[in-house]
Amino acid sequence: MTTDTHTRMSDEQLEKFGEEMDAIRQRVIADLGEADATYIRGIVKKQRQLEVAGRALMYLPPAWPLAVASLSVSKILDNMEIGHNVMHGQYDWMGDPGLNSRMYEWDNVCPSSQWKYSHNYIHHTFTNVLGKDRDIGYGILRMDEDQKWHPYYLGNPVYAFLLMVFFEWGVAMHDLEVENLVAGKRSISENKALHAGIMKKVKTQALKDYLLFPALTGPLFPLTLAGNATANLVRNVWAFNIIFCGHFPAGVATFSEEECEDESRGHWYYRQLLGSANISGSKLLHLMSGNLSHQIEHHLFPDIPARRYPEIAEEVREICERYGIAYNTGPLHRQLGSVAKKICKMALPTRRSKATDPGTVVDHKLAA
Amino acid sequence: MTPLAQRVLSSKLLGALTAPHGVDRYLEQINPMWAATEVRARVVEVVRETSGEHPVATVRLQPTTTWRGHRAGQYVQVGVEVPGARRTTRCFSISSAESGPGEEFTITVRAHAEGLVSKFLVHDAEPGLTVHLSQAEGAFTLSESPATPTNNRLLYVTGGSGITPAMSHLRTLLRDGYDGRANRKVTFVHYARSPEDQIFAEELQRIAWADNDVSVHLRYGDDVFTEAALRRLVPDFRQTDTWACGPAPMMDLVREAYGDSPRLRTEFFKLSTRPAGTETAEGEVTFAREGSTAANTGESLLEQAEARGLTPEFGCRMGICFSCVSRKTEGTVRNVLTGEESSLPDEEVRICVSAPVGDCVVDL
Repeated sequence: MTTDTHTRMSDEQLEKFGEEMDAIRQRVIADLGEADATYIRGIVKKQRQLEVAGRALMYLPPAWPLAVASLSVSKILDNMEIGHNVMHGQYDWMGDPGLNSRMYEWDNVCPSSQWKYSHNYIHHTFTNVLGKDRDIGYGILRMDEDQKWHPYYLGNPVYAFLLMVFFEWGVAMHDLEVENLVAGKRSISENKALHAGIMKKVKTQALKDYLLFPALTGPLFPLTLAGNATANLVRNVWAFNIIFCGHFPAGVATFSEEECEDESRGHWYYRQLLGSANISGSKLLHLMSGNLSHQIEHHLFPDIPARRYPEIAEEVREICERYGIAYNTGPLHRQLGSVAKKICKMALPTRRSKATDPGTVVDHKLAA
Repeated sequence: MTPLAQRVLSSKLLGALTAPHGVDRYLEQINPMWAATEVRARVVEVVRETSGEHPVATVRLQPTTTWRGHRAGQYVQVGVEVPGARRTTRCFSISSAESGPGEEFTITVRAHAEGLVSKFLVHDAEPGLTVHLSQAEGAFTLSESPATPTNNRLLYVTGGSGITPAMSHLRTLLRDGYDGRANRKVTFVHYARSPEDQIFAEELQRIAWADNDVSVHLRYGDDVFTEAALRRLVPDFRQTDTWACGPAPMMDLVREAYGDSPRLRTEFFKLSTRPAGTETAEGEVTFAREGSTAANTGESLLEQAEARGLTPEFGCRMGICFSCVSRKTEGTVRNVLTGEESSLPDEEVRICVSAPVGDCVVDL
């Protein structure tokens, strides 16, 4: 394995770099207005139309594939371009309760309140800090060489496949920190409130998709049930893949806790940048991924409306070139292949060359 | 919408089918006047009342069927989208007589120099515009009603746009036949800056001239409120059911005149007092729910709350995760990251990156 190690930036450079990032942020925030509001409202309208169409088409058995497609796209839009982004507070400035981070609840078994804690706070603050960012491997997988190997990880590809299929459940369970319960680092009582919240959400989601809507189609009950389950599955597979492409392709760096103590604003931006990866592609890909195809820009500016990421990306790339920072991007198939390779490779113990500093803090492999 | 349709829309089944978004999030896509729980209204008419430096307009609203009606003297929160797609909400007194569920009502608004919403409603609102509403709120209400008639005398003392809730009372009394004839004499005293600034001038004149035992006294300019003048009009004013509403200096004089009389009911609208932009920490910070007030130290609201032993929810402490969003009810805050200042009342702010500028009240 080759590692292309960058010289770490000096404190002065980091400060300049941070200022440039802040400037982008302020420029975009000052420019928010009608166009952003019109955009997100348009997407919400599309999502609602697709959802209603999907539910209605279930009454027409020959149109079943179309019904499933419509409902799947609706659920993907709801979770990604709308839910994920709204819950980041990207549209709070509009003052619209329907698009407010504190009130939005998404079509997913993970309660929004819980997700906002584990995702907005834990993951976005401690991005790719080993031991703090629980999104690395979701507590199930080994996704980094610095995670100690254990025979359990031989099942890495199987666990990843299961996580993909049951992704919304994985995201909901993620916060129960089952691995810490097993390891005795967390007590069952700490999970009580969380568990109640999850169960409540699970009930409303299951009632709707697996009982009420199927029942309303009468004799078509099994077909509708299967259709709804398929739509949820499609959403799960898509979301899993987009999210894994955002953080686990080759070349994405991880960090140690020591390195991130008392970090400067510039270093925070630097870490966000190196800890994420983009997917290049068409406008449709960006829309369907909730613009998480611009994971780098999302991590730099999580509360800026996602439709702005493509325009920001050009500036960020230019800045990265000037500072000699790797900007990890590639087409979907390449990023997916890279993630799959890593999942398989991490199943086996790492053969580490002892020549490198054992405390390597930044893993600067360039994208394959 | 028919009551049956309304029942269906607010049914549990429809709630479960539209979870987690709720029925209203779907209905609003079809027609903003359809709602299961939310209240919205369409502007039906905008009538210019005065056209001075701060013009006043009456806006007639047709609410959705979810509107539960209002009692005279209550106010409603009105949310409008000001240019820039930012919904901003303010409270306005309802000026029309009591309304029933789903019935039209009016608000009367003075365009303040700094008032985003009031200026928008007075200058830009046009028939067809949709606004967002709360249900009617407030306890500055008329105790008279066909169900509980009394023969009390009633007295109104108002100033400036404080006339609006009193006007709702007066219109309700006249509409429902509770005027002065049954030994329920009504005295209406109003203080305006000038005759040009007098709201509802024609209607008040008609009321004054009609045979209804309602006496109307309009005072202008330097003829400001004094206890002596009120005593001449209503010698036993302290023993008379009184509703007073107006600007702060007038209200102070009224309260002084009434002493500890329980017959006085007041309503008071705060004008935002925005301190000049200053970098040094001034003023006091109040955490309303906890009930503590202390000098502003200039630190972020989160740090000041913690220094006082409060434990508000927080996450990243750097403005990215929105865990700490709280409601600032009064005052100005500065975003410590951008330097941007904001003085909107009832605004949600991230307390980890918001430092108070001058006096500030936060719902914590």
